[in-house]
Amino acid sequence: MYQFLYDLIGNEILAGLLVAVVPLTIILVFALFGIWLERKVSAHMQDRLGPMRTGWHGWLQTVADLMKMLQKEDIIATDADKTLYNIAPVLVFTGSFAAYAVIPFSSKLLGSEVEIGLFYVIAISSLVVAGILMAGWSANNKYSLLGAMRAAAQIISYEIPTALIILSMVMLTGTLSLEKISQMQTSSFWNWNIFGGAVFGLSKFLLIPFMIAGTLIIFTSTLAEVNRVPFDIPEAESELVAGYFTEYCGMKWGMFMLAEYGNMFAVSAIIAILFLGGYQSPIGYLGNSIGAQWLIPFEQGFWFIAKGLALVFVQMWLRWTLPRLRVDQLMTVCWKYLIPFAFINLIIIGIISLI
Amino acid sequence: MKQYLKNTFDGIFTVLVGMKVTFKHLFTPAVTIQYPDVKVKLPDRVRNRLYVNMDDCIGCDQCSRACPVSCIEIETVKSIPSEDLGITSNGKKKALWVTKFNIDIAKCCYCQLCVFPCPTECIYMTDVYEFAEYERSNFLYKFATLTDEEAVQKKINYEKFQAEKAAAAAKPKPETPAQTENKTE
Amino acid sequence: MALKTETMVLNMGPQHPSTHGVLRLELEIEGELILSVKPHIGYLHRCFEKHAEAMTYPQVIPYTDRLDYLAAMGNNFGYVVAVEKLLGIQIPERVEYIRIIMAELQRIASHLVAIATNGADIGALTPFLYLFRDREYILSLFEMTCGARMLYNYMWIGGVSHDIHPDFVRKTKEFIIHFRPTIVELNNLLTFNKIFIERTANIGILPIDTAINFGASGPVLRGSGLQFDVRKEDPYSIYNRFDFEIPTGKGLVGTVGDCWDRYYVRVLEMEQSLRIIEQAIDNIPGGDVHSAIPKRIKPPKGTVYSRVENPRGELGYFIISDGNLNPFRVKVRAPSFVNLELMGELCKGHLVADVIAILGSLDIVLGEIDR
Repeated sequence: MYQFLYDLIGNEILAGLLVAVVPLTIILVFALFGIWLERKVSAHMQDRLGPMRTGWHGWLQTVADLMKMLQKEDIIATDADKTLYNIAPVLVFTGSFAAYAVIPFSSKLLGSEVEIGLFYVIAISSLVVAGILMAGWSANNKYSLLGAMRAAAQIISYEIPTALIILSMVMLTGTLSLEKISQMQTSSFWNWNIFGGAVFGLSKFLLIPFMIAGTLIIFTSTLAEVNRVPFDIPEAESELVAGYFTEYCGMKWGMFMLAEYGNMFAVSAIIAILFLGGYQSPIGYLGNSIGAQWLIPFEQGFWFIAKGLALVFVQMWLRWTLPRLRVDQLMTVCWKYLIPFAFINLIIIGIISLI
Repeated sequence: MKQYLKNTFDGIFTVLVGMKVTFKHLFTPAVTIQYPDVKVKLPDRVRNRLYVNMDDCIGCDQCSRACPVSCIEIETVKSIPSEDLGITSNGKKKALWVTKFNIDIAKCCYCQLCVFPCPTECIYMTDVYEFAEYERSNFLYKFATLTDEEAVQKKINYEKFQAEKAAAAAKPKPETPAQTENKTE
Repeated sequence: MALKTETMVLNMGPQHPSTHGVLRLELEIEGELILSVKPHIGYLHRCFEKHAEAMTYPQVIPYTDRLDYLAAMGNNFGYVVAVEKLLGIQIPERVEYIRIIMAELQRIASHLVAIATNGADIGALTPFLYLFRDREYILSLFEMTCGARMLYNYMWIGGVSHDIHPDFVRKTKEFIIHFRPTIVELNNLLTFNKIFIERTANIGILPIDTAINFGASGPVLRGSGLQFDVRKEDPYSIYNRFDFEIPTGKGLVGTVGDCWDRYYVRVLEMEQSLRIIEQAIDNIPGGDVHSAIPKRIKPPKGTVYSRVENPRGELGYFIISDGNLNPFRVKVRAPSFVNLELMGELCKGHLVADVIAILGSLDIVLGEIDR
């Protein structure tokens, strides 16, 4: 995409800036839409209506909340560590925003074409942990510190099953680049990785149950990465106080929320690319059948966002169905259940891919 | 080991069962209404703000005595025989001027104990529930229909009447013809 | 050199996020482990017992509503049964049937709140909304009958304040038909959910002898396995004519007497209440509900203690009368007051996050603890 914009504009710096701004716009628009969607989905699941008065069925509610947050006074506790306190939201947001650089929205809309996209994603989303620990420590509040420690422990533990499943997919497809993985799952939905990948043969059918298991495992562990129910002890609304962002008010809290929604979409996008075919359409391209080749990237973008949104919807659905897990049970689920299954998955996929 | 596998299976299965319940509810219509635009129709026995129909009030003080939180204050003045206060809607003749009938609706506990003892059914609970005020003193509802000067006037009338009656009783009685006949006999 | 350590005192202050009232719990913790729990009460004290000495007997009834405000019919029932025992009057059959139906409907409504808030504390926010929707049906039945949704002043000494509405029987039958599938849905969504079981099974185990020694009653006692219900042990009104069971905790998942058992006892009790209502609703005899209400209530000198089965436990009223229009003393034995003492015993050895689950399973209401 950088190439495309450079040809369009001619200025290196401007093209580079625009490449960075496009995912930022996507995150902001998605956060606006995502918060509204969450409130409406939760409301309809609970037999009520949700926001109805600000705009048509309340879609401007997030804008109203944003304007309220912008005009709040920024209160910092006297004994708080000011530098860390101010940097923490920025770090958390950067951790989730930077992952968008390598996510291909369509075959033409890709931030930067690196060969090691997956590795970069895992690495950069660990910045979030540093941000959370800074937030909890700098607020000078023992509940924030407790919440931050729990959150940090949770996130770093759950990175392991994520990494194991990603490793098994890398082993299968032979490449770390997200772009190439998307391209490999082309031409019909039977070629999606969840159904065994594009190579037709005995190994494809043997792989299907393990791929489905892998999807479940990575879905659960990324749910824990973004601190959603049932793993939302760090931001639980009862259980004492609000966790590591208790002492934040106004726009800084807004940044944490933005980071959470951005993260939600980013991990859904990664699962979609790895298992559900990325930006490939399941039913063929309209542009191909009517001969308009320029339409194809837009269709791919549409399918990609639809898959991401479907996974985000499942995340919201789970939030309003399940109670939350206690901290030690959360750790048990990770270390005693998810990691052994992920290892077994890895070994078996490795064996099958040799066939 | 068996417990371990059972835990895993239970975990996944019960989560899916729960998800099915919530998904079904996604498509049921909402049970809430958009309040200030749409209001619920209240049943007929509902107990909300009190109202007193002063035309029927005979000043018997039963409601004030029945109230558990003492939110009704009534003061009455007896009427003099020459005045006619009228009849209540169920035929009782009124004999008392009600000079003060205050209900402090902020104290009222909506228990309905004042409605039952009223002989003329003039105090009853309406279905008004939106009566918020900005000043707390606005919650003292004054139902009496006499103005302050009229109330003072009625009191003065009654006291004058009482004074005249006392003076008439203290004067010696004039002799009747039967008694004089007896005396001269 | 030994490391100097201290235990930390954490205050779960008077206002909780998902609350049972204003209660202050002082937790002494070491890391995440709890060493002791001290409840501090009194934030909702409104001098009920002192007020009752200044009111006449019928005027006390609105005050009794406000004791356990989530089960107001039960409180009325208890007081009225006590005064009627003191007066020695006979109640018409119609009044008895109506009172039982109202008390059992109130039991269902109160258990719905208990279950919903128990789930909401643990994190399941959706059953809260579903169960409150069903509670709306019950509250509208009450509103149709006596005009109020929560604090009824319905049961009077010698009768009830209003006769039932002509539509009441039909609407109650509709409610019964509507409610049975809700219990099935609740079981699917919350009761047998693995995560809920993980949070509540084997937590706060209450052995039977501890429960009896502390004087626990209601679902707390029945969750430990003892089949004790005032409606069967010491029947008041006409409960001995109805056929219903007493559910107890059996340790289906986890041990007998844990939080899950107390929760499940409440779910099963709702079903039993439905059974009682079904038996009563078709057989209400005719008559006048106001015929036995005395004009002036002046009981003879004496004392009486009578108890009823409130949804939270055994509610007792001790009334001393000295022959006047006002009672000399009204003392309330509140079930939640006695059950709250169990907190210190049950929380030992558990984590901070379990305190919330245990408090939710005890189902206390501060209105009757503080009076």
